[in-house]
Amino acid sequence: MGVTLQAQAFDPGALSNAFLERGAGAGAAVTFTGLVRSSPDDPITTMTLEHYPALARRQLENLRRDAMARFALLDAEIIHRFGTLRPGEPIVQVMTLAPHRQTAFDGANFIMDTLKTTAPFWKKEQRPGGESWVDARSSDDDAKARWD
Amino acid sequence: MKILYFAWLRERLGRDFDVVSPPTSVTTIADLIDWLSGEDEGFALATTNRALIHAAIDDELVDHATPLGGATTVALFPPMTGG
Repeated sequence: MGVTLQAQAFDPGALSNAFLERGAGAGAAVTFTGLVRSSPDDPITTMTLEHYPALARRQLENLRRDAMARFALLDAEIIHRFGTLRPGEPIVQVMTLAPHRQTAFDGANFIMDTLKTTAPFWKKEQRPGGESWVDARSSDDDAKARWD
Repeated sequence: MKILYFAWLRERLGRDFDVVSPPTSVTTIADLIDWLSGEDEGFALATTNRALIHAAIDDELVDHATPLGGATTVALFPPMTGG
């Protein structure tokens, strides 16, 4: 629990329900689920997520700990997949539990904004015509910077 | 010292890792990238834009000025695109 890295697909609702069951005493829970995006104009067939296992675990555990302290969360959980995924499949799920809604939202937002540029995962998209690495976006750096 | 490569850096180099023994004058990540570039033209080409090369020492994120210390494993990789 806490941080899970896995190749297998997960059931977002089941994870959320299990998390909520541990939430006695909390007033708010937030669940964010990130999905494999595929634009109708330029659809992908699959996405491959490469990762650096030891550093990914360390970064996500540190991030969870930082978020728990900064927003006084009662609990937080991060699940991130690697390997080959299909369009629409969940990639990542972040769940937070707090006394009130604002810190639950902020904690989940902080985790996602920071995770995008500091956890060692790399996306590669496959299309019928070939495959390409997804470029890092400056908007992701901006999103992280707003928490500095 | 083992050097791990990930994502497009790994693909451009055509290998997952190198095992190297840099000279004592190589003391930081920046020095290491310079030295590897001098040793291998393919590495130099793949790392021309240094701003795109991120680094870790023994599974901890560092910047280019960080001393190598007694590092056993260095990782070099492009900007991260998770989530």
